Amino acid sequence: MRSFTYERAKTAADAAKTVAETQGAKFIAGGTNLLDLMKIEVETPTHLVDVQDLGFDAIEETPEGGLRIGALVSNTALSAHPAVRRDYAVLTRAIQAGASGQLRNKATTGGNLLQRTRCAYFYDTNMPCNKRKPGDGCAALGGFSRQLGVIGISDACIATYPGDMAVALRVLDAVVETVKPDGTARAIPIADFHRLWGDTPQTETVLEPGELITAVVLPEPLGGQHFYQKVRDRRSYAFALVSVAAVIQADGTGRVAFGGVAPKPWRVEAADALLQQGASAVVAEAFADARPTEQNKFKIPLAERALAGILADARG
Amino acid sequence: MAQDGFLKVSRRGVLAGGVASAAASRASIAFAQENSGASAVEATVPLKFTVNGEDRQLDLDTRTTLLDALREHLQLTGTKKGCDHGQCGACTVIVNGERINSCLSLAVQHEGDEVTTIEGLGSADRLHPMQAAFVKHDGYQCGYCTPGQICSAVAVLDEIRKGIPSHVTEDLDGAMQPSNVEMRERMSGNICRCGAYSNIAEAMAEVAGA
Ligand SMILES: Cc1cc2nc3c(=O)[nH]c(=O)nc-3n(C[C@H](O)[C@H](O)[C@H](O)COP(=O)(O)OP(=O)(O)OC[C@H]3O[C@@H](n4cnc5c(N)ncnc54)[C@H](O)[C@@H]3O)c2cc1C
Ligand code: SF4
Ligand code: FES
Ligand code: FES
Repeated sequence: MRSFTYERAKTAADAAKTVAETQGAKFIAGGTNLLDLMKIEVETPTHLVDVQDLGFDAIEETPEGGLRIGALVSNTALSAHPAVRRDYAVLTRAIQAGASGQLRNKATTGGNLLQRTRCAYFYDTNMPCNKRKPGDGCAALGGFSRQLGVIGISDACIATYPGDMAVALRVLDAVVETVKPDGTARAIPIADFHRLWGDTPQTETVLEPGELITAVVLPEPLGGQHFYQKVRDRRSYAFALVSVAAVIQADGTGRVAFGGVAPKPWRVEAADALLQQGASAVVAEAFADARPTEQNKFKIPLAERALAGILADARG
Repeated sequence: MAQDGFLKVSRRGVLAGGVASAAASRASIAFAQENSGASAVEATVPLKFTVNGEDRQLDLDTRTTLLDALREHLQLTGTKKGCDHGQCGACTVIVNGERINSCLSLAVQHEGDEVTTIEGLGSADRLHPMQAAFVKHDGYQCGYCTPGQICSAVAVLDEIRKGIPSHVTEDLDGAMQPSNVEMRERMSGNICRCGAYSNIAEAMAEVAGA
């Protein structure tokens, strides 16, 4: 690990300003993704601003009937919150399908959204990787791509956003609240938060340098039945090959988002509209522009079968 | 015990060994100091926390993980380093009542925290009930993963008592049960290459009274 200096921020505005104005500075929340990458020098910050004392650790009801989740709320606390279990079960299910008990205790709501890809070449500093080193090339294109993206990817990078929580947030149409280095706040719909990176795969979200996530807001509950189906190489403690988050209403309408397939949680509203016609219609629409590799084309029929399972369960 | 300075030699060695990176990082420390305004920042920072009920003070390189602080600076070598990347659970300790991977946490993130390691759960003549159950049920072979397994197991039963759901919990509104399926899922962050899993689950079931 490269050496770095460390401070604990006292206010959100100070934290954002320090990170924006200090070259090589980064926020640290739980540290479970950042430290992992710092140990192998994929991340080499020279200054860390610890945001744990900023008080963003509450879950509160909003006047609109939703929930505001502080950016520092742990994955465990969020998934176990009574209102989340009752009204947003897809979120509890998605979080509990990710990582391990130890990691979920430390992982935060903000940090989880910003976790980086698990592409093995991104982790291997001996291999070319445009995301790690822009212009370097992409080892995955001619290499092992079984885990990687099938849609929304580019010739520069075919990696995925690997997380589970954000797939549920996409189905719920959550909003990410931030504060910018100049002190102004903004609200970013989760649909716009992660970028389709094109030829700049190093930039994964629309956050500006130093922009701090303060909360994630859930709109009022959708009702319906909530599902999160994660398909992976072992039944626990593994990243998704494909995951499906869905909220299905009694009349068979609903919403669905896919994880493990794209640079962002993948939801196509036109595909949602086909839910009453069944999984194959939905997946055909949602993956119409897919560009899978020989090694990962299995993900599309897998997504269809996972969704078909959910729809069968929803019918009871 | 020579607690201070235990690692100083090796740190100096690392800096001397990596001249280019040491020079680069010193420059960037100066840069960070100039630019971060009022808050003074140092490459070595003091840390005060409680470990197994005792107040501890250390002066640490910011890079020191909680795991290395425990093992190399406090000589609490019960906690083990397996992967150092959050993948095996050997480094599991309990911080403020919750289990975490001490390898993926900087020591300086734990100012004021209460840390419990395997040494704090019980001792050779006063075993924690979970330690006694692991002995009784042969919950280990080589023992390398065991301190992490035991810290995790103690915390898992607590999580079930608190009603924290898991991936295999069917009814999110009902009471959580310490069933075999639940314990196996909740323990999935602790890998045992000797494969003592089923005996670990039996030890846990005994302590849970299931
Ligand atoms: C072995 C292993 C298995 C895992 N399996 C899964 C899995 O199956 N599913 C899954 O979803 N995840 C998985 N994870 C990833 C885990 O969920 C993330 O590491 C965790 O959620 C990151 O949260 P954190 O608070 O620790 O982030 P940190 O490591 O502290 O931060 C991550 C990034 O976010 C930035 N950041 C943090 N907070 C803020 C903020 N408030 N505003 C702006 N920027 C911020 C940091 O600068 C950093 O760049 C796994 C991790 C490991 C190590
Ligand atoms: S897929 Fe993306 S992350 Fe993986 S090697 Fe290519 S550029 Fe890097
Ligand atoms: S050493 Fe921490 S999880 Fe393996
Ligand atoms: S007892 Fe040997 S690794 Fe678990």
